[in-house]
Amino acid sequence: MLFLLGGCSAPSNVENAIEEKILHFGLGSEPQYLDPHLASSVSAHNVIIALIEGLVSEDPKTLKPIPGVAESWDISEDGLLYTFHLRKNAKWSNGDPVTAHDFVYSYRRILNPNLASQYASMLHGLKNARKYHEGSRVLSVEILNAGRGYSNRSEVSLVGSGTGFLGQLETNTSGSITSVQIIDAGKNYSSYQSIEIFDENGTDGTIRPLIGSLSWEEAKVGAVAIDNHTLQLTLENPTPYFLELLNHYSWFPAHPPTIKKFDAFEKQGTPWTRPGNYVGNGPFILSEHKVNSVIEVKKNPNYWDAETVSLEAIRFYPIESADTEERAFRSGFLHLTQTVSPDRIDFLKQNHPEVIHFEPYLGTYFYRFNLEEPPFDDVRVRLAFNLATDRQAIVEKVTKGGQVPARCFTPPGTGGFSPESRFRFDPQKAKALIQDYLDEKGLKSLPKIELKYNTSEGHKKVAEALQGMWKNHLGVEIQLLNMEWKVFLSTIEKQDFALARAGWIGDYVDANTFLHMWRTGDGHNNTGWSNVRYDELLELAAKESDPEKRFLYFEECEKLLSEHAPILPIYFYVHVTLRSPTVKGWHPTLLDHHPYKYVRLKNVDANLW
Amino acid sequence: MVKFIVVRILQAIPTLFVIATLTFFMTRLAPGGPFDSEKNIPAEIKEKLEAHFGLEKPLHEQYFLYLGNLLQGDLGPSFKYMGWEVSELIAKAFPVSAQLGLFSLLIALVLGLPAGVVAALRKNSAYDYCLMTTAMLGICLPTFVMGPLLILLFSSWLGWLPPLGWYSFADMILPSLTLGLFYGAYIARLTRAGMLETLNQDYIRTARAKGASPIRVVLRHAIKGGLLPVVTFLGPAFAGLISGSFIIESIFFIPGLGRFFVTAAFNRDYTMVLGTVLFYACLIIILNLVVDLIQASLDPKSREP
Repeated sequence: MLFLLGGCSAPSNVENAIEEKILHFGLGSEPQYLDPHLASSVSAHNVIIALIEGLVSEDPKTLKPIPGVAESWDISEDGLLYTFHLRKNAKWSNGDPVTAHDFVYSYRRILNPNLASQYASMLHGLKNARKYHEGSRVLSVEILNAGRGYSNRSEVSLVGSGTGFLGQLETNTSGSITSVQIIDAGKNYSSYQSIEIFDENGTDGTIRPLIGSLSWEEAKVGAVAIDNHTLQLTLENPTPYFLELLNHYSWFPAHPPTIKKFDAFEKQGTPWTRPGNYVGNGPFILSEHKVNSVIEVKKNPNYWDAETVSLEAIRFYPIESADTEERAFRSGFLHLTQTVSPDRIDFLKQNHPEVIHFEPYLGTYFYRFNLEEPPFDDVRVRLAFNLATDRQAIVEKVTKGGQVPARCFTPPGTGGFSPESRFRFDPQKAKALIQDYLDEKGLKSLPKIELKYNTSEGHKKVAEALQGMWKNHLGVEIQLLNMEWKVFLSTIEKQDFALARAGWIGDYVDANTFLHMWRTGDGHNNTGWSNVRYDELLELAAKESDPEKRFLYFEECEKLLSEHAPILPIYFYVHVTLRSPTVKGWHPTLLDHHPYKYVRLKNVDANLW
Repeated sequence: MVKFIVVRILQAIPTLFVIATLTFFMTRLAPGGPFDSEKNIPAEIKEKLEAHFGLEKPLHEQYFLYLGNLLQGDLGPSFKYMGWEVSELIAKAFPVSAQLGLFSLLIALVLGLPAGVVAALRKNSAYDYCLMTTAMLGICLPTFVMGPLLILLFSSWLGWLPPLGWYSFADMILPSLTLGLFYGAYIARLTRAGMLETLNQDYIRTARAKGASPIRVVLRHAIKGGLLPVVTFLGPAFAGLISGSFIIESIFFIPGLGRFFVTAAFNRDYTMVLGTVLFYACLIIILNLVVDLIQASLDPKSREP
C-alpha cells in the first residue's frame, strides 16, 4: 500500500475542492464541438449540459423528466400535441429572457439542411421536421415532351441524385402525358434539364422536375411559439419517450443574437463557442478553454435555479490515457475518471472498493455478420456462431468489469422493456447446425474467417476468447485483424468484412434507439439483413401509444433478430469509473447523465489516496 | 557566410513544397475522413458537412487552394477542434513543447557531457564502466517505461512532485527528467567516443608535451573536437525535443504539439496534420542550418565549400 502515502507537498485539487467548491472531472477526450446543434460525442454532452438547459431537465436519480426551462406542460389526449409553459425567470447568461421563440429558432437552425448537423434526425419526430430537413425535393414537374403510348395513372419514379420521388401520370386518349401528379416529392434532388419517362409502353416522354426546398413556413414544422412563454410542439406519431428525448443536446436552445452575431446559423466552425462569446442558459458559464488541457465552467448567477447549484466551478480535463487518468485520480488531481483501464479493475476492486464504481450503461457490445457473402449468408452458420458463444465466460473471465451477458439485443429494462433471453449457449446444437451446413455444401470444414475489430486491448481479448470458443466448438479457424479506428469505420461502412466488432450506446431510454438500426437500409444496419415484417413492426410501434402493445411489437422484433441472427450480441456495457467519496449527489444512471446542479462536495472521514 | 545562409534558405523552399505536397496527398489517401464517426450520417448530410470545409471539391482543386492559402500564411481551420485555427493551436502548443524540450536538453547536457568526458579520460576504469552501463540502460529504457517509473518513485512513493499537468514549475520536472535522461545517455556515449578520438590526435600530444595542465588540455584543446559528433546529433535531436513528444505529453497530460500532431493523424484532421508537419519541417531546416554554422565554427575543415 505504498501509494497510500501519496499526496504532494502542496494540497491537491481534491483537498482544496471542498472549500473552493470546484469539481475536477476527467473528460476522456477533447470534444469536437461545444455547439449543441453540432455536437456528437459523450465528452461534448458532459460539457454542454453544464452550459445549456433544455425545456425539461432530468431527475438526478431516475432521469425522469422534471421541469427545466418549461415550468409545466400539457399533453393532448392523442399524445401528439405538447404545450410547454416556459418559466418567466429563465434567463440567458447575459441576462436576456429565454423565450419560446428561442426554441423555435434553435429547431430551425438544427433542421436547416445547410448546417449539416449530424444529430438533426433526433428532431424528426416533430411534425414535418423531416420534410424540411431533407431539403431539395421536386416541387413541380414541367412536361417537355408529351410522348405517346403511356398508360393513364401509371406510377413513375425519377432517377438522379435524389431518392423517393413518386409521381402519377395523367394521359389523354393517345397516351400523351398531360400532367404528372406528385405523390411523394422525394428528397435531395438537384436540377435537371430533362428526364425521360419510362413505363411499359410509352416512348419519348420527357419532363423537367423543378427542384426547390421548402421554406420553414411552407414546411409547417410542428414547432410554434404561441407567445414568449408558450411553446407548442406537434409530433408525427405519439412518442411515449418524447419528454426524455428533449434531454438530448440536439433539442437544446441556442441564444439567437449570439448565433446571428457570429453568422453561425448555417455555418460550422465559427468561434461563438469560445469563452467570452458563449451565451448559454444553464447552471454554468464557459469561462476557460485551453484545447487539450482544460475546459472550465463557472457558476451562472443568472440561472433561474442558481440557489440549488452548490458547485462554484467544474474543470474538465480531456485526459485520453486511462493510466494517466488513474494516476491523476490517485494524486487527488481528479474527483472522477471517465474510464478505468481493464487491467486495473481487479486490483482496484480488491483494494479500493470505496472508489471504483460499476454502473449500468445503456449499450450493447456485439458483432456484425456480413449476410452478403458465404458462409454468413446462411442462417445456420450465424446461429451456430451464436450458439457456440459462451457469453457468461466472456464477462467472467475476459472483460471482468461487471458486464452483463447479452442474450438479446436491447438491454433489459430499457424504458420498461425487457426482452426474453433468446441467444443461448448450446455448443451441441451449434455443432449440429454447422454439420448440416457442411454436408449440404459438401465441405469438410468451414473456410478461414476473418474477424475485424478496431485496435484496442479490450477488443482483442474478447476476440481472442471467441476465436478459441469457435475453434473448439465449431472447428473453425478465425483470423483476427485489428484496424485503426477510421480505417475500421470505412470498412464497416463499405460492408467489407465477414465478421466485425460493433457497439451501440442508446441515445435515449427507449428500445427504439436499439431496434431502429436493423431496419432495411438503415445507415447503421451494415449487415445486409432486411426483413419486411421487422420494418413493419417498427412502424406499428412508432404509431402505437399503448406501451403494452408497443412492447409486444418490440418483442417480436427481438424474436426476429434472434431467429435470423444478423448479429451476435456479446454483453451489455457497464460504465466503470473511479469517483472520490467526497462527491455527493452523483447517482448511477443508465445514460451516464449527471445533472451537475445537484452535485455537492463534502468532507468524508475516509482515508483517501 | 551570408551567401551560405541565403543559398540554404533558397534550397529550403522546394523541400517544403515537396513535403507539403506529399503530406497533402498521403493524408487524403488514408481511408476514412475527418467527419467519419460511429454515428453514420446520410450521404447527403455528409456531403454538406464536407462542403463547409471545401472537402467536396475535386482533390487537385483542394490542393491548389491549400497551397494558395499556405502562401498567404493561412493554415486553415482545424476539423477536430471546431472554431479554432490551426495556426492558433500551434502557436499555443509549441511554446509548451519548446519549454519542455529546452529543459530536457539542459538536463541531458548537464548529465551527459561531464559523464562522457570523465568516462573518456578514465577509459576502461570503474568510472567508465559504471557511467557507460548507466547510459546504456538509459538508452534502452523507453520513455514510456522511464516516465511511469519516475512517477512511481517521486510522486506516488515520495510525494515530492505532481504526476501530471503543466501548471507550475514543479510539473515540469518529471517530464523533463524523463526525456533528459534518455537524451543525456546518448550524449554521454557520443561525448565519450568523440573525446577518445580527439585525445589520440597529434595536437593533443603536442599540447601535453608543451606542459599544458590536464584540465587545460581537455577544456582548451580536446573538447572542441570531441564535441563534434554531439553537435551533429543535437541538431535533429533538438528539433525532435522542442517539437514535442506524443508519449511524454500523453503520460504527463501536457498540452504540447506532440499530442496535437498524433491525435490529428488519428482524427484525419487534415489541416492540423499538414500544419504541424510543415511547422516541424521548418524547424528542422532552421536547426540544421544552425548546426552547420556551429560546426563550421568548431571545425575549420568543414568551412571549405
